[in-house]
Amino acid sequence: MTATHALRRDRGPAWLRRSRFGSAVALAVLILLALAYLYPFAISLATSFKTDAGAAADPLSLIPATPSTSAYTELLRNSDFPLWVRNSVIVTLTVTTGRVLFASLAGYALARLRFPGRGVVFAALVAVMAVPGVVLLIPRFLVINTFGIYNSFAGLILPLLVDAAGVFIMRNYFTSVPPGVEEAARIDGAGPLRIFWSVALPMAGPALITIIVLSFQGSWNELSHFIVASDRPELQTLTKGVAQLTAGALSQGTQYPLKLAAAVIMSIPVALLFLVFQRRITSTHDGAIRG
Amino acid sequence: MVVILGLFLVVPIAMAFWVSVSDWRGVGNPMTGAARFVGAANYSDVLLGDGLATKDLGRAMRNNLYYVLAVVPLQTILALTLAVLVHRRVVAGRGFFRSAFYFPSVTSSVAITVVFLFLFSATGAVNRLLAVLGVEGPNWFADPRGVVHLALGAFGIRAPYESGPVLLGLSWWNWISGPSVAMCVLIVLAVFTTSGTFMLLFLAALQHLPGEVEEAAVVDGATPWQRLHRITVPMLRPTLFTVITLGLIGTWQLFDQVYTGTQGTPGKTTLTPAYLSYQTSFQQQEWGQGAAIAFLLFAIIVVSTLVGRWLLRERDTTAPHRLRPARRPGTGSGS
Repeated sequence: MTATHALRRDRGPAWLRRSRFGSAVALAVLILLALAYLYPFAISLATSFKTDAGAAADPLSLIPATPSTSAYTELLRNSDFPLWVRNSVIVTLTVTTGRVLFASLAGYALARLRFPGRGVVFAALVAVMAVPGVVLLIPRFLVINTFGIYNSFAGLILPLLVDAAGVFIMRNYFTSVPPGVEEAARIDGAGPLRIFWSVALPMAGPALITIIVLSFQGSWNELSHFIVASDRPELQTLTKGVAQLTAGALSQGTQYPLKLAAAVIMSIPVALLFLVFQRRITSTHDGAIRG
Repeated sequence: MVVILGLFLVVPIAMAFWVSVSDWRGVGNPMTGAARFVGAANYSDVLLGDGLATKDLGRAMRNNLYYVLAVVPLQTILALTLAVLVHRRVVAGRGFFRSAFYFPSVTSSVAITVVFLFLFSATGAVNRLLAVLGVEGPNWFADPRGVVHLALGAFGIRAPYESGPVLLGLSWWNWISGPSVAMCVLIVLAVFTTSGTFMLLFLAALQHLPGEVEEAAVVDGATPWQRLHRITVPMLRPTLFTVITLGLIGTWQLFDQVYTGTQGTPGKTTLTPAYLSYQTSFQQQEWGQGAAIAFLLFAIIVVSTLVGRWLLRERDTTAPHRLRPARRPGTGSGS
């Protein structure tokens, strides 16, 4: 009796101590890693407020020696940057709205309506998700060309509306919801579209937010599709504009404050989206546990 | 919906396939008689020719292969490490760390590439940091030397007399170069941006692991390392499989960073099949060859996914056996 007691006393604190030491090491490693992940962004923000000379002289400092907003005024006043922002906003908002409608309608149809060939459509959907995007560049260009929508907003937007992953998410969500309420509505005489719009869609909140976040982020950050869909300066979007600005001026090797200011501005909308939906984005999978 | 899917996916791929076996040069519409059927000529030009097209494809394949071989294991290990660390810190700051590691995945590849071009410029932050440590950093984005060549050079092994091309227009010495210094920056960039996403996948899986097994191992006196190595990782196998598959598919498609940052320079050591396909078709108007490269890339992605699957399945039969020999018959159907 006394022996086991002593043993337990011996073991307890030792085990605890080791674990506490382990936790301290883990925390230290975590903090170092977090610094490594966040420092590049902090330094970009800081450098965007430096002068060209200041950026070259002291690339490491987080506080500009001579703060300057010339990079921003240059971007906003003397370049096509505002136009790129406008185009990106138009494309992103249209694509996000379109995808939400398209994905939820198609997902609902696949989950609820019995129509011939449903299995085939679903199989096709999964197959489509498996095709790598880069392989689709030439095919997309050919279609855009054939339909005469090269160099138009339609060409920028329409191909991006196809969102197999979104349909897949919505279909799975609607499948997981019991159809009781919808059946009640059907008995009350509502048609499929009315049931979808007034009953099913309002219940699909969490899945819709997932689609909105994914679509917004996806179309705002899209690059390769915009490269193949147009070559007119008036239709330049942010990603393509900044990429070409960077690529073109690479030989000069300077102008980092300007490029970084562009990178900072183009990161703001997605960063805001991330902050607003942070919890939902980083904990979508463990929602069941967090309640 | 079927119409839209068909219109933008099935038909286009069929059209692109037609272009890959035609002589279309970008004039007129290839669908309505502006192009002639040339059989597999485009494929043999990029695969078996002795010209620049074959050599470029060889370089692109080599570069991307080293990129895949480096990025996939690194991002998987880092993501798993981050997930285990974040998962451990159950109480304070968990949300903060999770967000910090995930944030690079949210921003666009263009913005991140701009940031890395600055960080790794000749007089940039990384070299300044290295200088503090007394190391003279290379001129990252302008350095075409392969790291394997550099390592061999350190032992005094130089390029042998130039042997003939062995595969896709490259000599064996060129094949074993390893990723160039410039490509290494793109490797770091990829690991930096993707590890957060995969960390979330691992975290979700960790949270759904039954705690009893871990507790039983603690009672049996297993060290934390043993618990991680023998219990957590084997139980995470399905997630591991997902992460590696997604990693393989993603890394073979390296394009945005090359378009924004390097355009294949220096010395074509950051050229990738995806960028080469774009360059060949959209810039040089060799649409047949460009489309052929795209389909070859597609085939490579399918094959490497299958290989990854096969490799993981291979280990699948040995790991549970080592872990719990008593229940060996049951594990086959369970996993």
